[in-house]
Amino acid sequence: MTDKNGFFDLSKTGLTRRTALKGLAAGAGLAVAPGFVRYSQAQSSAPIKIGFQSHRTGIGAAYGRWYERTTAAAVKAINEAGGINGRPVEVIIEDDGTDPGRGAEVVGKFATQHKTDIVYGTLFSHVVIGSAPAAGEAKMPYFVVSEGHHVASTKLNRYVFQPGITDVKSQIQAMAPWIAANAGKKVTQIFPDFAFGYDHRDYLPPALKAQGAEVIAQIAIPPTESSFTKYFPQIPAETEVIYHVMVGPAVLTFVKELGEFYGSSRPQLFGFIDSLEATDINSPGLEFLDGSHFWEGSPRYAQPVDSAAQKAYRAAVGIDDNGAAVGDPKDVSTAAHMFGCWETLYVVKKAMEDAGYKGPEDRAKLVEATEALTEFAEGPEHPQGPKTFNGKIHQCFGIQNISKVEGGRLNVVHKTKIEDGLYEPEGDYTTQAL
Amino acid sequence: MKEASPSKAYALHLGVIVLLFALSFVLPEYHHGLLARIMVLAVFAMGYNLLFGYVGLLSLGHAMFFSAGLYGAGLAVIHLGWSVPAAFAAGLACGALLALVIGLLALRTSGVAFMIVTMMFAQVFYLVILYLAAWTGGDQGLVVPQSARVLVLGDTSLGLTNPTVRYMSALVLFSIVLLVTLGIVRSRYGRVLVAIRENEERTKMLGYDIFSNKLAAVVVSGTICAASGAAYALLFGYVGSTFASVQYSILPLLWVLLGGAATTLGPLIGTLFMYYVVDVTSGYTSAYLLIVGIALILLVLFFPRGILGTIRQRWLGWLP
Repeated sequence: MTDKNGFFDLSKTGLTRRTALKGLAAGAGLAVAPGFVRYSQAQSSAPIKIGFQSHRTGIGAAYGRWYERTTAAAVKAINEAGGINGRPVEVIIEDDGTDPGRGAEVVGKFATQHKTDIVYGTLFSHVVIGSAPAAGEAKMPYFVVSEGHHVASTKLNRYVFQPGITDVKSQIQAMAPWIAANAGKKVTQIFPDFAFGYDHRDYLPPALKAQGAEVIAQIAIPPTESSFTKYFPQIPAETEVIYHVMVGPAVLTFVKELGEFYGSSRPQLFGFIDSLEATDINSPGLEFLDGSHFWEGSPRYAQPVDSAAQKAYRAAVGIDDNGAAVGDPKDVSTAAHMFGCWETLYVVKKAMEDAGYKGPEDRAKLVEATEALTEFAEGPEHPQGPKTFNGKIHQCFGIQNISKVEGGRLNVVHKTKIEDGLYEPEGDYTTQAL
Repeated sequence: MKEASPSKAYALHLGVIVLLFALSFVLPEYHHGLLARIMVLAVFAMGYNLLFGYVGLLSLGHAMFFSAGLYGAGLAVIHLGWSVPAAFAAGLACGALLALVIGLLALRTSGVAFMIVTMMFAQVFYLVILYLAAWTGGDQGLVVPQSARVLVLGDTSLGLTNPTVRYMSALVLFSIVLLVTLGIVRSRYGRVLVAIRENEERTKMLGYDIFSNKLAAVVVSGTICAASGAAYALLFGYVGSTFASVQYSILPLLWVLLGGAATTLGPLIGTLFMYYVVDVTSGYTSAYLLIVGIALILLVLFFPRGILGTIRQRWLGWLP
């Protein structure tokens, strides 16, 4: 190979011995200068700062508590294994009050005051959507653990990612084959009359139809409702399955009143565990759920088939076989979701290492490196199971668990495949400018 | 209250505006962004103060006026693709119209009944936002696209996501509303409002139309709050139902009480104080609302008329 421009032809540079010695001396002087030493150390050992937007107060506080514990456990494991790019990880927590206005302020605080490398950890959808513009404007990579469809809808911006937990559209789609084959063909939906419920309202009917089943009634419950008995007569008599999503503290009343309405003879029940996260499944009033089925992202109760990675993850986070805090059986975890924190942090680690991330000036490289990821193998970094990642919509896809309430615990009876939850991308973030 | 010469009052207010302008060049990045947000929300508090402080009408539903501006402007951009000025005008129009309708109905009551009626209307407004989720985004809200948040002035395009543009836009809005408020409270109409607050029957006997004066105050107050909401949507890029919840009806009341009801600069002081108490204390404990509560109790004990109200009472009687 020839160098037509002569860039690599030292014979043309006029390099003399005197010049070379001057250069060496200057280089040596620079290398031993105190400022250079400090700079080198700052580059090599300064911590990677992760801003954790936590729901410490407000409606998401129970989730926030467990998200913090999972994050602390993951960061401890990462640091003990050498950190990210040889640098330790430091987590800075700010409470967003589960409020979108405060959430946006917190993102701004991370970007301009704490000067974190990324922001991470948000769960509630309205806080994610409220904070996303602030993250995009600050060009701050924003890794959420929300399960909402908002990221995958490509309505946010290029800096928002959800690589550690599947989105609700995927979850619903993956449930449909099992419901149609095992629970029944005629389904009545009961869901809260707000956005989280609308995802179920909109995505379940086509998913069931593809499996030869149908939604025969949709009952939306206003968010301010505290008693549900008056809605139950709307459930058609031919209903074989009641599909319920009752996010909020009224779930105990809902289950109790449903039990009083049906007595010992009821249709099959299928629900999403979200309402019962951090709630003991053996709480008084929940007896009616015995024999019913739930979606779980990751199983609350230890299962006979748990992998070594799953066992190690549970031990690291500090949850016992019943999914409660070790030493405090009443402190029930949010196991179905919080694994997403663990897995997201390992995705961040992988992407930062792929990008050769050194500091905030490399945030764009980090975004591109994250978009280039395609799959995560099951193992210590991804104990919930294997996943694929679609860089165009910034969303991961994985397996789901269907668990049956029996004997006062949730036993996994079916695991879906990744393919069950795949859908056509609705857009492409990578076309947006960085 | 001593009467100040107009020049003294205007000099003070212009001084505050100049100070805020100067702060733009010296504040650290984070506080620069926070102050922009505080100025926008102080406008909300100023709108509330006009009705609560000067007319004595305690509303528990002003979140609906703020959200009328928020959604009026935000949805005009998102669904209709309107420009920033047109969307802002739409937000103002929504707030003014809503305030007119609510005023016509709620002013048939007074005292506690007025509080309850305004709170109920605000709750209806909040639930309507949830009900119309297909357009409003329901409880999750909607993002106002960054690409649409550009103010075109002749050949110049100003991105509202630029921190300096955002700060200056917030300052312009704040300054206009501050001077308009000052103008109102110093005008003949402003004195009628205070007279209504002090003795409604006597004012009526003097020949003033109480209802129409109150209604005008509700409309002006609602429009100012809507201006704040519209600016929030356009400057910060998010519209959400949280801003229509009862919490955002209580907040301006707290800001005004803290800063000093019936003082023109009190809303800014109260909003600033509350924001920084929350911001600083939340860094130390998750029980920061407890500290906020203690701070409020201490203020009530030692500054019963709010910070600026007490200063006016004890030392600077000429403060407007």
